Amino acid sequence: MRYFFFITVTVALIFVFNTANSQDIKVYDGFESFEPLLHKQSDTTYIINFWATWCAPCVKELPYFQEAYEKYKDTNVKIMLVSLDFGSSAKERVKQFIEARNITADVMILDDPKSNAWINKVNDSWSGALPATVIYNKDSRSFYEQSFKKKELFTEIKSKTQ
Amino acid sequence: MRKILVLTIGMIFGLGMLHAQDGYEVGDIASDFELKNVDGSMVSMSDYDEAEGFAVIFTCNHCPYAQAWEQRIIDIHKKYASKGYPVIAINPNDPELAPGDSFDKMKERAEEKNYPFPYLFDAEQTVYKKYGAKRTPHVFLLDKQGNGKLKVAYIGAVDDNYEDPDEVEKHYLADAIESLMADKTPKPKFTKAIGCSIKD
Repeated sequence: MRYFFFITVTVALIFVFNTANSQDIKVYDGFESFEPLLHKQSDTTYIINFWATWCAPCVKELPYFQEAYEKYKDTNVKIMLVSLDFGSSAKERVKQFIEARNITADVMILDDPKSNAWINKVNDSWSGALPATVIYNKDSRSFYEQSFKKKELFTEIKSKTQ
Repeated sequence: MRKILVLTIGMIFGLGMLHAQDGYEVGDIASDFELKNVDGSMVSMSDYDEAEGFAVIFTCNHCPYAQAWEQRIIDIHKKYASKGYPVIAINPNDPELAPGDSFDKMKERAEEKNYPFPYLFDAEQTVYKKYGAKRTPHVFLLDKQGNGKLKVAYIGAVDDNYEDPDEVEKHYLADAIESLMADKTPKPKFTKAIGCSIKD
């Protein structure tokens, strides 16, 4: 009986822990509502990564962004992982994907398929290929149409926050 | 003094190479290619005596954006090939990095979807670089000149909505072909779209 109690409590704890770990994914259904995130005026450095669950080079670099999130979460560095997944099941797909990979950094979906209208507003030099990353603060802004190696990412963040 | 001269010449060459890496802009003359088609034959644009131009589209099997636009690309070919503007699809991806885009998988896809246009494999990954394709799908509409040269008339997306064909408002590629047929300059001549990076 005591074992049963112990197992029940453990299962309950795991459940609570997992629930606490999951996040509600905000869906921006137009670029206009998303755009202010690219132009915040504060002492924070923002790292905004555009990705999709089906994009292999994106998936490969996601853990590095998660590591950066864990390293910098108590500082004025904010990481946003913007999924461009589309289709009726996009939200559920992204949610399952990040939960399976224990991603706790901020994840959101930008669902605006008229991308010619907004790609240049992210950055003029972006061709539209995924992945892509913006790092900005009130003093500087950089754009990367590439996938990062772990060291490259941490070097870039360091150079922007010094 | 000589050092400065050498440096200057070096920089000019360096810039030239950078430009070359960027690929074509609208107005440039595009080069022909000879690439293997899914039916085993080698295909070049010079094989098409009757063509007035070409919609060269870098695309592939695995990319959801390529899949989303696939039927629309087939429809454009069906509408415009007989009017002198066939589609030529080219897969630029390295199958080692994108296993779904191997030559065998290309054959399967072309058969399954009954592609009415050639689906070529850029096995050496040189053609996409020369053109400056950055993503799949990426369209280069070429306009055949009187001297047979192929002038780049439009670069960009098939249309303005990657997700939903019914929500398309601007049919960029079809409109650009219509412009060429009417001896007009396509407007817009350059658009962008979210797509998959080319795996190289």
